[in-house]
Amino acid sequence: MSEAATPTIAADTTQPVLSARNVTKQFKVAGGHITAVNDVSVDFHAGKVLAVVGESGSGKSTLARMLLRLMPVTSGTITYLGKDVTTISGRELRDYWRDVQAVFQDPFASFNQFFTVGHMLKRSLRLAELSEGGEAELIEKCLGYVGLKPDDAVYKYPHQLSGGQRQRVMIARALMMNPKVLLADEATSMLDASLRVSVLNVLQSLRAELGLTVLFITHDIGQACYLADEVVVMEHGLVVEHGTTDEVIFSPKHDYTKRLLADVPDLKGSLKSRSWQPDAPAAVTTRAIDRKDA
Amino acid sequence: MSGINPGNVLTEAEGAEPAVPPPVSGGKAKPSWRSLNFGARFWIAIGIIAAISALAFFGSALYPYSPDEKVGGLYDSPSAEHILGTDNFGHDVLAVLMAATRNSLLLGLQAGILATLIGVLIGILAGYTGGWLEELLMGFTNIVLAIPAIIILILISISLQSTNIEFLKGFTGLALVIGITAWPWTARAVRAQASSVATREHIDVAKLSGARTPSILLTDVLPYLASYVVMAFVLQVASAILAESTLSLLGLGPSGTQSLGIQLHWALAFQAVASGSWWAFLPPTIVLTLISFGFLFLQSSLDEVFNPRLRRGKKKNLAKAAARRAEAAKKLAEQATTTEVPA
Repeated sequence: MSEAATPTIAADTTQPVLSARNVTKQFKVAGGHITAVNDVSVDFHAGKVLAVVGESGSGKSTLARMLLRLMPVTSGTITYLGKDVTTISGRELRDYWRDVQAVFQDPFASFNQFFTVGHMLKRSLRLAELSEGGEAELIEKCLGYVGLKPDDAVYKYPHQLSGGQRQRVMIARALMMNPKVLLADEATSMLDASLRVSVLNVLQSLRAELGLTVLFITHDIGQACYLADEVVVMEHGLVVEHGTTDEVIFSPKHDYTKRLLADVPDLKGSLKSRSWQPDAPAAVTTRAIDRKDA
Repeated sequence: MSGINPGNVLTEAEGAEPAVPPPVSGGKAKPSWRSLNFGARFWIAIGIIAAISALAFFGSALYPYSPDEKVGGLYDSPSAEHILGTDNFGHDVLAVLMAATRNSLLLGLQAGILATLIGVLIGILAGYTGGWLEELLMGFTNIVLAIPAIIILILISISLQSTNIEFLKGFTGLALVIGITAWPWTARAVRAQASSVATREHIDVAKLSGARTPSILLTDVLPYLASYVVMAFVLQVASAILAESTLSLLGLGPSGTQSLGIQLHWALAFQAVASGSWWAFLPPTIVLTLISFGFLFLQSSLDEVFNPRLRRGKKKNLAKAAARRAEAAKKLAEQATTTEVPA
């Protein structure tokens, strides 16, 4: 597994492409507020895959939405190529979205079901830097990156595509802008196992071929291990562990990371014996940890 | 950007794409509206509204008498010549009824369109943008909602009668007044739906594609509200016709013209009920009831069309499915019997 996680990619480790510094997000609720993301600082380096893992409600998606500037931050700064993008709007924001794109969790909800895939892709041409008459070529090229042909998708409505095809179309849409950073927010969680591998391989290939920086948000630590160079573990809005995939997965230091690893289903079918009490310690260490220790 | 070897990309396993229908000739997909399942209730409602509209818009062209023509005396009984008799002015009741129905329907449409436009505009802006704009727009909506509409309608109708602007004295003025007092419910319903749609992922995708707010509202939010907007519009038309009838019945409607409410007003004023002249008040009452029933039935049937959970399916399809299941069960039973026979 560790071999798959360390592809031969030339990475720029000097200056981060995208960076979050002391980012906090609070939501107002009756009688106070909830802190969804608490003082998080993360750097994204060129050509690297950074996975953010954590259980539901840990603040992963909120962090992604703030990085995408789809949600304002309560405090902290987000910088892209050294420029503060925390409060940009209008044309500046659209320029930012030309470089930072996303693929979301639900491959059906991401589509406007009233229009064809072709309509949706053509809409994205607005941000694509395009020469006259190159629309069809660009659509064909980007669908080609994800193994689709225009006839497979362009004239179809979203409900006429399978889950995997829909998610691949979404990746193609993001690629039309020729982005530098791609945020995949639980992009594989609603797909079955074979389609999940397909999408993970697409991301892997895109990173290798196009040098994309990928932020891969997942609750599945196995997928993070398969794809990522670095892993950030979040719990209740806080980053509890951050390091290379090998460090975090094979030598976890924080109890929460150990619990997450203990909850990875065992292929041989032995269920973990850990109780579902929130504070219960992980009773069974993972096979991966055992192997590493040995 | 260099291309990726398609061989690296795993394609879906065979059989994993059951949702994909066979390609349609010409590569174009079937439009989604064709999959709507209009039930019997929808067609009954459409039938009622179509019949009344035919009476209103085509009847007068075929009928020999004009609604302003004096053809008899006070409350002449129905006869072969005048099917519904005459009214207090000696006008043919059927001719007046047809003109009145046309005017009431047109007023209902004008007021319904206006109320729906205002309601949708305020609701969609409030629901999509949220924040202070939503607070402001919904605060204003609640204020309008808190004031009883009938009081505003009566006050404005009285003032319209004394205005010098001819345009406002007629039905258009009344439609305007009904329209600008009837939008708050639509605004509230649309806001609730718009704020729900605004959180969907396809809105984020549209933003990331560089779409601006007006384009998102028109392309990504409004189509998702279309069913609510259509249903609200149908209700607005029905309630506008009833509101006009109420005002006209009270004698506050436009003067010198016909409407179902005005017809009822004169019937009451000239003692039609006391004198037993049922033909003067019963026909407009029945038409008014049918219009309200037709539109409300249409609204309820549209709810069934747009909301799959309320859809009951066609009876013949249900019967076919039951027959298929019975056939399959029979075959299974036969197979079980043949395999159980000892060798």
